[in-house]
Parts: sequence; C-alpha cells; structure tokens
Amino acid sequence: MTPARAAIGVVLALLAAGPLYLPEFYITLVNYVGLYSLVALGLVLLTGIAGLTSFGQAAFVGIGAYATAVASTTFALSPWLGLPIGLALTAAVALVLGWLTLRLSGHYLALGTIAWGISLSYVFGNVEGLGGFNGISSIPPLPLFGAKIETAREFYYLIWGCALLALLSLVNLLNSRPGRAIRALRSAAMAESFGIDTAWFKVVVFVYAAVLAGLAGWLHAHYLRFVNPGPFGIGYSIEYLFMVVVGGAGHVWGAIIGAGLITGLKTWLQDLLPKLFGTSGQFEVIVFGVLIILLLQHAGGGIMPRLARLFPPKRAAAVAPDSADLLPRRTPPARGETILEVDRAYKAFGGLVAVNDVSFAVRAGEILGLIGPNGAGKSTMFNLITGVLPLGHGEVRFRGERIDRLRSRAIVRRGIARTFQHVQLRPAMTVLENAAIGATLRGRHGVVPATLRLDRAEERTILFEAARQLRRVGLGEHLYDAAGSLALGQQRVVEIARALAADPVLLLLDEPAAGLRYQEKEALAALLRSLRGEGMSVLLVEHDMDFVMGLVDRLVVMDFGERIAEGAPEAMQADARVIEAYLGAVA
Amino acid sequence: MNFDIALLLIQDGLTNGAIYALLALAILLVFAVTRVLYVPQGEFVAFGALTLATLQQAKVPGTAYLVAGIGALTMALELLTALRQRRTQGLAWSAAMYVAIPLALLGISIVLAPRQPPLVVQVLLTLALVVPLGPMTYRLAIQPIANATVLVLLFVAVAVHYVLMGLGLVFFGAEGWRTPSFTDLRLQLGPMTASGQSILVLAASAVLIVLLWQFFGRTLWGKALRATAMNRTGARLVGIPTEASGRLAFTLAALLGAFSGVLIAPFTTIYYDSGFLVALKGFVGAVIGGMTSYPLAALGAVLVGLLEAFASFYASAFKEVIVFSLLIPFLLWRSLMSRHFEEEPEE
Repeated sequence: MTPARAAIGVVLALLAAGPLYLPEFYITLVNYVGLYSLVALGLVLLTGIAGLTSFGQAAFVGIGAYATAVASTTFALSPWLGLPIGLALTAAVALVLGWLTLRLSGHYLALGTIAWGISLSYVFGNVEGLGGFNGISSIPPLPLFGAKIETAREFYYLIWGCALLALLSLVNLLNSRPGRAIRALRSAAMAESFGIDTAWFKVVVFVYAAVLAGLAGWLHAHYLRFVNPGPFGIGYSIEYLFMVVVGGAGHVWGAIIGAGLITGLKTWLQDLLPKLFGTSGQFEVIVFGVLIILLLQHAGGGIMPRLARLFPPKRAAAVAPDSADLLPRRTPPARGETILEVDRAYKAFGGLVAVNDVSFAVRAGEILGLIGPNGAGKSTMFNLITGVLPLGHGEVRFRGERIDRLRSRAIVRRGIARTFQHVQLRPAMTVLENAAIGATLRGRHGVVPATLRLDRAEERTILFEAARQLRRVGLGEHLYDAAGSLALGQQRVVEIARALAADPVLLLLDEPAAGLRYQEKEALAALLRSLRGEGMSVLLVEHDMDFVMGLVDRLVVMDFGERIAEGAPEAMQADARVIEAYLGAVA
Repeated sequence: MNFDIALLLIQDGLTNGAIYALLALAILLVFAVTRVLYVPQGEFVAFGALTLATLQQAKVPGTAYLVAGIGALTMALELLTALRQRRTQGLAWSAAMYVAIPLALLGISIVLAPRQPPLVVQVLLTLALVVPLGPMTYRLAIQPIANATVLVLLFVAVAVHYVLMGLGLVFFGAEGWRTPSFTDLRLQLGPMTASGQSILVLAASAVLIVLLWQFFGRTLWGKALRATAMNRTGARLVGIPTEASGRLAFTLAALLGAFSGVLIAPFTTIYYDSGFLVALKGFVGAVIGGMTSYPLAALGAVLVGLLEAFASFYASAFKEVIVFSLLIPFLLWRSLMSRHFEEEPEE
C-alpha cells in the first residue's frame, strides 16, 4: 500500500466513524463541510482544471434548493421528486448561462459570472412564491421507506455519500478521453487542432459543476428544512472559490481540504476572536481576508500540492496496458496520389501581403519542405492550411475536398495532424496523457460513461496506441513523466507522437528541429524517413537548411510571401533566387 | 409616465451615472496599470462618505486612526524588506509617507474636527485621510505578488475587499449616515428644475475627468502610467518602475473613490458595506468600455446610471437584476468582436 492510499484510507475511516465519536456541534460542522465540498468539487473541475472562473456557484446551489423547496411545500411533491426537478432546472439554467457567458475569455468571464451571480440572488429575494427575503420554511425531511432522514447524524451519511461519489465521478472523468479533452481546454488552439470542440466542453464542464452545486442545494433544503436568499449570494460564491484556491485548484481532494479548512477557520475565528477582542462579529472577516492574502502571497498553489509531495502516488493514474487491440486506421491514399493542393493562396494583414498567390501540392508518401528566410510567410501558410487563419482568396484542397473554410477540428478529422512551433503540451499531464490527446477523435465515449467507468475497454486501446507512438519516436522511457519536465527537444518529439496518435494521412510539422541537438535531429530525420517508408506524407516547415536538405523529396521556397522556387533539394541549393533570398544579392 | 417624471429620472440617472463614471475610470486605470480587477474600490467610496459624515458631527473620523495604523503596518513591511535586502535607501521616504504624514493627519483631525471647519476644509481633510490607504493597500497586498495571474490578483482584491469592509465596520460602526446637501440651490432649466446638488456632482465629475485627462496627456507621470498600461515589460525597459506606477494608480483610484463617496453622501444613506454595489456599477461601466477605453467606460457608466433610474421606477425590486444583466449583452458583443483563441496563462 502506498502512503497516498494509506492516507486516503485513514481519512475515509475517520469520516465513516464520525457519528460514533463526534459531538452534535461537530456533526453539523462536518455536514456543512460535505455540502461545501460538493460545490467546491465542481469548481475544481471548472476553475482549477478548465480554467473558467465562476462567481455564481452559490446561485446554482440556490436554484437546487429553491426548486425542491417549492416542489415539496407549495406543490406537496415528494422530496425525492424535488431532486430530479432541482437538478434539471439547475442544468437548464446553467446551459443557457453557459452558452451566453462561456464564450467570454479570462476576466470577462469572471465579471460575467459576477453579474448573473448577483442577479440570480436578487431574483430569489424578489420573486413571488419564493417567500421574499424571509424564504420558505417547513420544508419536509427526506422520507425513506416509512422512516425519514431528518437529524444531523442521519444526514451525515447521505451528505458525505454524495460528496464522495461526486469526488469519485470526478476522478474517473479526469482519467478518461473526455477528461483529457477538458484538461486540454486551456490550450484551446491545440485542443481544437485534435478535434476537441472546446466551446462544447466548456459548457459540459459548466453544467457538471452547476449540477453538483444543485445537488448540494437539494441536500441543504431538506437538511435545514428552510431556505432564504442569504446563503446563495455572491459572498458565498466567493467563499467557494476561496475553498478551491486554498485547497489547491486542480486537485480533487483539494476541494474537500479547502472546504474543511475554510469552514473550520471561520468557525474557529467566530469562536476565538470575540474572546480576544471582547466584541463579536467584527473581526472575523478582517482576519479571514488577511489570512487569504497571506496564503495567496506565500503559498499560491494551495495546500494539496504540498500534501501530495508528502504522499507521492506510486504510479500515474493513466497507465498504458501491455497489450490491447489496435485502433482502426483510415485507408491510406495510393502512393504518389496528390493529397494536398494549395491553389493560389492569398492572405494579407492590413497592407502587408503575407502570402501572395502561392500554389503547391503534396503527394502521398513524400516529404515536402517549405522553407524560406524569416518573414517569408511560412507560418502564415501553415496557419492557412490548418484552418487557424481564413484565406483572403484561393483554395486549399485535401484529397479533392475544399478545406479552407473548415475549422481546425474539422480538418484533423479528415486526416491532417499538426505540431506547433511553440510547443503546446499540458505540462502537468504525463507524456502518455499528452500523446493520448492526439487520439481523441478515435474514441467515442463521452462524459457520462467516463464517470461510470464504462469506457475502460476503449480507454485501454487509446492509451496503448499513445504508448505505441511514444515508443516509436523513442520516448518509451518517459511515458509517465510530466510533459513539462522534459527537455524542449523531447517536448517537440512528444508533439510528433501526439500527432501520429491521430492516425493522420498528412503530417504538418512546424519547425520540428528547432532546439534539437545534433543527435536528436538525426533521430528525428530517421523517424520521418521511416514514416515516409510507411506511406505517410509530411509537410515540413523549416528554417534549418542542413536538416531539410538530406531529408525532403522536394522543396518549396518562399520569400516575401511569394513562392520563388520549387524543386529537388540539390537544384534549390544551386538556384540563384534561393541563394539571393537566403544570403542577399550576389554582388 | 409623464414628461416631468422622465426628466426627473434622467436627472437622477445622470447624477448617479457621473459618480459611476468616476469609479469606472478608477477601475479601468487600476486594471490597465496593474491587471488588478479592483473590487475594493467600493470601500473607498464608503470610507469617503463616512469620513465626511463623521467630520460633520464634529467627531474625529475612524479613518484618521486607520490610516495611522495601516501606515505603521506598511512601514513595518518596508523595514522588514529593507532588513532582508540589507539596504537603507528609500527608508526615509517610506517613513515620511507611511508614518509622518499619517500621524500629521491624525493630529490635524483631532485638532480640527471639534471646531467644525467649513465644508471645503472637511472635504479636503476627508480626501487627505482616505487617499493614503490606496498606496498602502498596494504596498501590502498587491506589490508582493504583482506578477501573479489576473485571476490570483482578483482573489487578492476580493480578500482586500473583505478586510477593508471589516475595518469599515470596526471604525465606523454598523450605522448608516447621510450628509446634508452641499447646497439648497435650485435651478429652473427650461421645463425642468435641477437641484444644485446634481449640478454640483456633474460639474465636479467633469472637472475631475478633465484634470485626469490633462494629467495623462501632459505630465511625465501620466505618460509613464499610460506606457505601463500599454506594455509593462516595455515600460520597465525604458526605466519606468512598475511598483511606483502601481502605487500611483492605486493613489489615483483612492482619490476618485473617496471623492465619489463625498459626492454620493448627500444622496443616499451609506453604510460600511454600501460601497461594493456602487463600485460594481462602475465595473459594469468599465466592462462596457471593454476594460480599455476611458471615454467608453464613462459613457457606459452614465448608461448604467440612466438604466438604474428608469428600472427603479418601473420595477424597483428588480433594479439590480436589470443593471447587472445589462453586462451580459455587452460582454457577448465584446467576445464576438474578438473571435480568436486566447491562451490562458499556465497554472
């Protein structure tokens, strides 16, 4: 047993035996921690992992709570019916709000959520039928086969059962195909280039977090048997965020630690400070704020990363199996067939013509080099082919189909995979998980099967494929290292493995040799040759003449946005225009 | 609704809008220079209003002690930093800013407050008492992690909001105050009667905005702030100290906040925690301005004021809902305008 597992076991045992040794006051406190943990778990996913900040979670708790309150009092429905009603309503509101505000990036999103977080809490206080600021009282307890769940000790197991199930669902989700997509959301351009619909996954994550909050709301309503707008205001939303930050955003256990710490701290301050200062209710918020500031200044990552260092897990969560079925592959084109045609592509930025009517073609099973001095328009060309930038005019066709109007995630679906000039790996994920992002489109299981672990067979094939590609590029030793810990040259090679995991027909490499040492370049060239031997086509945008010369079949040379020459590498080396472009005019 | 009521609402909306505009400018300035979404701006409004209200009762305002206390704390931090870096340079300046001036202000307050000085003196003393809290806040809370992500800075700002609000309760109490009008003047402008108070607010806001504009356009420090806002690294490379820029931005924001508090005090009862909602409306204005354009932010804030005035007439219970929901279409429009992938900073 690893120390991490032992630690978790001790925590769970203490929790399970709680009602046996805890006095009533602490039972109530721990119940609150459980309720808050549910909300914080959603925020770990939303803010810590997907990078979306919400100042409106308390409002979702409110929707869940008010829905069941109204259903079980005004309409006298069973509290068990209040649960699906509350969750459905929460999800529906989250869907609409998410669709409206998730397109916003960064701080705009935070401000947007503040706006609707405040609006919703005012709605609770002002809509008729919700009891105004006095709220709704005499909500029934939960009936259970003739008996009922009513006291704090009875609710203890229900609340913590929900919280731990939520935690488990999150752990399962994160270690799956959709989970990796969610963990890639912060690198949106990369995620899209491997077929991840980032806008959709943002909404999914948002609804997921809202539903957990709604569940907490349902428990809250029947546990306290009373709802009023107070606990659903912006102040509580902020506290939930603090819990996640204190616990360590991005760590599932951080949610529970954060919820426990903040709740404990506040209770302790409320208890202690009046004894110190003689007055009550004035100093907690000050001390609380000061502690948060000090924590952010001195331990920005939160508690959980420090704990994780004390209890290192023995092995990574995602492990590649020793054997698994191979994923189906797409039918390759016949060798020599023209697969990519760039036809008079044109792109201007304002007055600067970056790509001026450039045409060329890539044939199946060849390595085509696109070279040129700095500012020649190579990167722009690359972005035009991969759907990152729209064309001014002209066409790009892939296997006869126009792709210049497609988004990057539609282009990868057709068999074009790319690497990035500035490495785009998720540094905290393992090398294996990074490579597995490439195979996203080769699986089909979504969020729900992933949380229930119904995706394991498919998951084995995906991880096996990712490991296979990594071994092929020579990184078999590093499968379980954090991607950010590799040298830059190795990170570029991970990018190639990730692209290969997408089963491409055409590989687009953006300066893959930059930052590589001589031996690494040799190894990369050998890899590309062997890929070509298997019928892969490669379009290589490169700077490094030596690297390109011995490798490519043909070269297209660009300068000042124009194609100035095309042909065999040796001919290009002797071409007067190419020499002039690279070395300046011959005097 | 008849024409007279409409005019009255417009007047109300413009007056509040002018105050929100000052706050929007402050929020924008702080964000541009330091990347802090300045949630505690509202506390400066409350401090301004409550300090003036206390002075009008011929009592020494709590802010006088607060400034001395926080000044001492800031000085302690400066000393600690100096000790760690083994330097003495700059300590004299710190001692003047964080100890001597706050103590002098405390002394002046104790002497002046019971003597009921004229209104102008009270307002000046109010500003002098509240403004130093701005740079002190920057030094204590922001400067140690000035390079953190926008999100972490936002959390720090929220925590600062808690601290200042709590201090507000301790130093001013839970009671709310409203100051008497500065003037009872009424002006007949065509069909409408304008209160002198409203005109004073509009004029004062306009003067302050013009002064700021001159400051940014004409003075070296103003230009330095603009440079920092445009490109922090670049500004640093040409020798503009980021820390001084941040301090200056927080000072100006505190000035705008305290002044807004002075202006708003006669219109509505201000409690220690009233500032948050007022400043949030400034935020709405700033967001409408795209968090970049000062004139648009000011316009946005005026729009918020007008919308609020009409909303409180038609659906007063949902006034806040309507005002804050206004943000969403503008945010959407903003995000549709910039259809590119923005890379989030790494965790």
